[in-house]
Amino acid sequence: MRTIMVVDDSNSMRGLIKVTLTDAGYKVVEATDGQHALDQLTGLKIDLFLCDVNMPRLDGLSLVKRLRAQIATKFSPILMLTTEVDPEKKKIAKDAGATGWLVKPFDPGQLLATIKRVLV
Amino acid sequence: MNDATFTALLATFFEESFEGLDRAEAGLLQLDTAGSPEIIGDLFRAIHSIKGGSGAFGIDEVTGLAHVMENLLDDIRSGRACTAEMSAALLSGVDHLRRSLDARQARRPVDTAGHAPVIARIVAARGAPSAPGAPKPAPAPVAAPAAPAAETWRIRFAPHAHLMRSGNDPVRILDHLASFGASVETVDRSKLPPLGELDPTACYLAWELRVPGTVARADLDDAFAWVEGECDLVIERDADIVVEVEEASPVSAPAALAPAAAGPPAPAVERREGISTLRVGVDKIDLLMNMVGELVITQSMLGELEDDRPLDADRVARLREGLGLLARTTRALQESVVRLRSTPVSTVFARLPRIVHDVGRRLGKDIAITISGESTELDRTVLEKLGDPLVHLVRNSIDHGIEDAETRLAAGKPAQGTISLHAEHRGSAVVIGISDDGRGLDLPKILAKAKAKGLVAADAELTPDEIAALIFAPGFSTAEVVSEVSGRGVGMDVVMRHIKELRGEVSVTSEPGKGTRTLLSLPLTLAIIDGQLVRLADQAYVVPLLAIRETVELRQFKQRRFGAHAVIRLRDEIVPVVDLGALLGIEGDHAGDDRLLMIVEAEGQPMGLIVDELLAQQQVVIKSLETNFGKVDGLAGATILGDGRVAFILDIAALHRDVRRQGRSASPDAGTDQAA
Repeated sequence: MRTIMVVDDSNSMRGLIKVTLTDAGYKVVEATDGQHALDQLTGLKIDLFLCDVNMPRLDGLSLVKRLRAQIATKFSPILMLTTEVDPEKKKIAKDAGATGWLVKPFDPGQLLATIKRVLV
Repeated sequence: MNDATFTALLATFFEESFEGLDRAEAGLLQLDTAGSPEIIGDLFRAIHSIKGGSGAFGIDEVTGLAHVMENLLDDIRSGRACTAEMSAALLSGVDHLRRSLDARQARRPVDTAGHAPVIARIVAARGAPSAPGAPKPAPAPVAAPAAPAAETWRIRFAPHAHLMRSGNDPVRILDHLASFGASVETVDRSKLPPLGELDPTACYLAWELRVPGTVARADLDDAFAWVEGECDLVIERDADIVVEVEEASPVSAPAALAPAAAGPPAPAVERREGISTLRVGVDKIDLLMNMVGELVITQSMLGELEDDRPLDADRVARLREGLGLLARTTRALQESVVRLRSTPVSTVFARLPRIVHDVGRRLGKDIAITISGESTELDRTVLEKLGDPLVHLVRNSIDHGIEDAETRLAAGKPAQGTISLHAEHRGSAVVIGISDDGRGLDLPKILAKAKAKGLVAADAELTPDEIAALIFAPGFSTAEVVSEVSGRGVGMDVVMRHIKELRGEVSVTSEPGKGTRTLLSLPLTLAIIDGQLVRLADQAYVVPLLAIRETVELRQFKQRRFGAHAVIRLRDEIVPVVDLGALLGIEGDHAGDDRLLMIVEAEGQPMGLIVDELLAQQQVVIKSLETNFGKVDGLAGATILGDGRVAFILDIAALHRDVRRQGRSASPDAGTDQAA
C-alpha cells in the first residue's frame, strides 16, 4: 500500500484529503506543519508528500528544501497544495524542489487524478 | 466518503474558519500599530485556509472574496505598507466572510450581492494593476477546440539531466501521455554514457512521441507543466493526411503529370507499423484473468484423478467433465486473447471523412459520408495495414463513382452523393463494405478492355460480378480506374494485393446508375488460419486453405517442360508444376501417377503442387520460425498438430515467386524434353 504524507495546518482540509485518500486505498500520515512532518519521518517510507505552502513553524517551501537535502526523500514526489494561480509562485515552489502542484480548491476526483500522475 | 464523515469535516471547517477570522480580526487591529511578520503570516494563513477549504467543502460563495483578501495580504506579507484604508477594507472583508459562513452553517442563503462592494473596496485599496475577480475555480481541462482528427501532435521531449531531482520522472510523464493514446516514435539514446559513467539519478534519453490530434493542447501543456524549464520540449501539429491529400495534382492536370513519387509517400499507417506496444482495456485483462482462473480450477479437478486408483465409472465421468471444461475454457481463452489484440475499426475509419471532404471539394462534388459499425473490432496488425486500401477505395469512389451534381440531378438522384462505410462481424471474419450511390462500373467497357489486354479469353462469358472483379486484376490498365486523385500510379490491384496479404478477400458488385459496393472480408486474427494438411512421404505440411483453388489427380495430365520447370495444361491455362517433395528434399512414397496435384493461387496466378495425399482440414495456430530458428524461404511458419508433431506451413506466395524467378533465369527454350 502506498503511503502519502499530508502536511497541512488546516484540520478540515487535512481531514478531507485524508478521507479521500484512505477511501481510494492509500495509507495516510498526517502532519500539521513542516516541522511536524520532519519530526515524523524517521522510520517511515513515504511515497508521496502533499504539502500546503503556508504553514506555521516550518512552511511548505522550507519543508521541500529540507526534504530534498535528505537522502531518503531526495527524489520523492512532492506536490504542493497551493491556492496560487500565479505562475511566478509556482516557479518558486519548483525552484525549491517541488515535483508539481495542485491548485486549491480541488475536488476529490482532481486530487486522485493528480496523485495518479506521480504514483503510478 | 460517507455523509457523516463529510458533515463532521464540514463542522471542523466552520470551527477553524471562525477561529481564523477571530485571529484575523485581532491581527488586523494590531497591524496599524505593531505589524510583526508572525501576525501577518497568521492572518494570511487564516484567509488562505478559508479560500482553500471553501471550494473543497462546496462553499463557493466566499471563494471570490477570500481570494482578493489573500492577494492584498500577500502584498503586505511581501513588505508592502498596510494603509488604514487597507486594514479597514480587510476588516470589512472579515465581517462579510464571517456572516456568509454563519449563514451557510445555519443553512440560510448567503448574501453574495453584499460581497461585491467589499471586493471592489479591497481591490481599490490594493490598487494593483492585476485584474481582480474570482480565482480560477479549479484546474479544469481547458475546452480547447479539438483538432481535426487527421492531424496528430508530434512531441519532442528531452529531459534535462537533473529532471528527476524534483521528484519528477519522465516515465510517469510518458505513462500519463499514453493515457491520451500517445505512442513513442523514437527514443534518442545518443547521450547515454558507458555503463561505468552512468549516473542513475540523471536523465539521458529523449523521446519523440505522437499523440492523437483530438487531444487538447491544454492537456498536453498540463502534462509537462511540472517539468517546464527542466526539459527541452517541442509540441507541434503534424498533418499527415493533409500532406497525403494535397500531394495529388489538380484535377485539370493530365494524369501523366502527377508524379508518382510526389510528397512523402508513406502515410501514417505505415509509419505506425513499427509500434509493438498495445494498449488494452482493463476489462479485457480481467476477462483473461477469469479464464486463467477457470484453467486453474480445471487443472485441480483433473489433478484429483492423477493417482494409481483404477478409473471406475465415476472417475471416468469426472475425467470427461474436466476435459469438456478444459475444451470450453481453451476456446474462451483463445477468443479473449484474440480480443486483446483487437482494436475498433473506428481508428482507420476516422481518417476517411476528412479525405471525402477535401477531395470531394477539390473535385467540386458534394459528398456525404455515413459510417456504421465502427466499433467492430479487428486484429491490430490487420487494421494497421487496412488504412491504405481503404483510402484508395474511398478515393476511387469519390473520383469515379460519384457523378457531378448536374449529372446526378439529371438522373433523378439527390445532388449530394453518399459514400457509406460499414463494418460487421460475419463468422470468423470482419466484413468492411465501402459503397457509393454513384454511376456504377461500366461493365461492358471493363470486359472489352480485359479482353483486349488478354486478361480473359476473347470468347469468355463472365457474370457481372466476375467482370467487376477484373478491376482488381494485375495488369488491368490503371489509367481508367485510377485518376490523378485516386492515386500515385497505384492501381486497384494493389488494394487486392494488400488485402490478400492479410489473407482477406475482396469482392465488388455494381449496378449501373445505382452505385458500386466493395466488400473486404478480413480474418479476425493473423495468428490462426484455416489450413489443409497434406502429406509428403511421412511428413505433414499445411497449405493455407484460402490459397487453394482445387486439387486434381496428377495422372490425368501430361507434364511438359517449359524452360526450367514442368507445366501442365489445365483447361485453358498453362500451370507450372512444382514437385514439393523434390523442392523440400523429400522423396514421395508414391513413385508416380497416383499423386495429387494441388492447384494453388498466388497473386492471381495458378501453380500446381505435387503432394502424396490430402489429410484433414483444420484450424492451425501459426508459430513463427524466425523467433526460434530463422527465416526459411518458402515456409510461413510451423504449427503443432494434435498428435504433437510439428508441421510446416507453406508460404505459397514465396514458392510462387521462386518458381517465377527460376522460370525467368532459365533459358526459355520451350519444348526441350528433360526427365521429369
